Amino acid sequence: MTKLVNRKMTFNTKYRQLLEFVVEAIIRISGYSAVVFVGLIFLFLMQESLPTFGEIQARDLWSQRWYPIENYFGVLPLLSGSLIITLGAALIAIPFGLMTAIFIAEIAPLWLREILKPLVEILGGVPSVVLGFLGITVLAPLVREELYLPTGLTAFTGAVLLAGMAIPTIVSVAEDALDAVPKAYRDAALALGATRWQTIWRVTLPAARSGVLTATMLGIGRAIGETMTVMMVTGNAPQMVSGLGSLFISLRTMTATIAAEMGEVANGSLHYHVLFSIGLILFLISLTVNIAASAVLFRARKRTERLLS
Amino acid sequence: MRVTGRRYIIIIFVIGALALSACGAEISRSQNANMVDSVTLTNKGSDTIVNLALAWAEAYHVTYPNISVSVTGGGSGTGIAAMINGTVDIANASRKMKEKEVANAKENGFVPVEYVIARDGIAVIVNPQNPINRLTLQQLSDIFSGKITNWVDVGGENRPIVCLSREVNSGTHVYFLESVVRMGNKNDETFFSPSTLLLPSSEGITSEISHNPNAIGYDGLGYVTDAVKTVAVSPSDDGLYIIPTIKTVIDNTYPISRSLYMYLPEEATGYTKDYIDWIYSEEAQSIVEELGFVPVN
Repeated sequence: MTKLVNRKMTFNTKYRQLLEFVVEAIIRISGYSAVVFVGLIFLFLMQESLPTFGEIQARDLWSQRWYPIENYFGVLPLLSGSLIITLGAALIAIPFGLMTAIFIAEIAPLWLREILKPLVEILGGVPSVVLGFLGITVLAPLVREELYLPTGLTAFTGAVLLAGMAIPTIVSVAEDALDAVPKAYRDAALALGATRWQTIWRVTLPAARSGVLTATMLGIGRAIGETMTVMMVTGNAPQMVSGLGSLFISLRTMTATIAAEMGEVANGSLHYHVLFSIGLILFLISLTVNIAASAVLFRARKRTERLLS
Repeated sequence: MRVTGRRYIIIIFVIGALALSACGAEISRSQNANMVDSVTLTNKGSDTIVNLALAWAEAYHVTYPNISVSVTGGGSGTGIAAMINGTVDIANASRKMKEKEVANAKENGFVPVEYVIARDGIAVIVNPQNPINRLTLQQLSDIFSGKITNWVDVGGENRPIVCLSREVNSGTHVYFLESVVRMGNKNDETFFSPSTLLLPSSEGITSEISHNPNAIGYDGLGYVTDAVKTVAVSPSDDGLYIIPTIKTVIDNTYPISRSLYMYLPEEATGYTKDYIDWIYSEEAQSIVEELGFVPVN
């Protein structure tokens, strides 16, 4: 009996060692794979978009008319359209999302919190095509009538819907970050005589800064990459942006352009390569945003370390 | 001990599932073997034609149950590109193939053959509240190129004009650009105004026009619903204004009408050829009329 148990033990140890090794290898590969995939995507985008510059000048791309069926490939209207719609969405989503997160994490009683958090997360799961449909049938006519615009299919309509999609992401991540702030911080602030608002604004929010910044970045990332909703409600007119007032005209985004036109182009044509160049621009924008966010976080952490040491 | 026991159960389950799925594959393979004659033709292209092509596919399947035709839209350019790349048997197009596309097909080793399968009128549509009932081709060109931006200038109310168009990959877009915005002049470099809204679907256009009294758009006669109003069009300033109907499209008096095409490789024989021949039958052409298009014979 003891012999049997012993044999079983050695078998189990060996088996466990093997399992340990395999699991470790899988985890390591998963970890590296993200880097590899980003690298491969970048290489692929470069390979498909670089032929553009052999066929047309950079200044043809940097011009103001987008009409690909007659070889006008000015990406400025699309670039500025994407940027201003994202900016509009951020202006709506960041304050609204952060306030919601603060309410859920700091102010709402426990029972309300248990209801609100799952509801917000369900909102985040609504498919974008459903939101787009609501935008066409409900929001667009409302925007036209209430703001006295010629049409409701405007950048503003798109920005509102994108904000609606970004808010659940922002709320969910920011709420987690606020929740992770140790209770001792709040107790200390309140003990020193700070009001509830002062505690939230001066202590809890700064302590959760990195999480809140991540929440904002994820929200903006969701907004700039969104395709279906903007294609349905922004009118897709490739007009140049000339200030914040352009939020109230129809604009065309880079994502909607790729989605609307990629199906039609012949493989390897100039139009095909230009669409990939637009994809490359989108990729570089999100890379810049992420690097900037990491840099801010890194500097902030450095400062905290210096202060604490 | 309990853990090990559970693990065995899981292993048995996995093996069982694998065995079952293998059986499943075996069954479906033998079913395929029994139905040697079952053929699927693929048919892709113009969104204008997609409803017509679907109706044909259904009727054909009823008469010849062993042949099914799978129809998808996506635009004329998409369908032609797919045929050139050899991924579909028949391309639907609401415009003629461009010389470049024919050359691409020849590069891939075949000559595409053109069949005119129906005729189509492009209706200019406005909101039912809009008092405008008729426009000349010149006025339409000025409206869509952005020279006229208020309904007052064509005799309507003091409202801004919002132009709606299909996306650039739509054959209807190209046809409207050439025959209305540029009025058939090949050397004309006029464009759609940059403020023209480009909507991805016919439904999007109908929905916006039925809600918005400022809007004007265009769409195939077969897609016009009661929620919008069609405008009578005159080819010249002193001419007659003609309402798009099946009759005016057939006798070619309505100025914005065109032919609809199917393209297939010259070498295509057998089932594909039979299908094209059937499309010219009385049965198939009566379906054309039911869907608001115009038959060719």
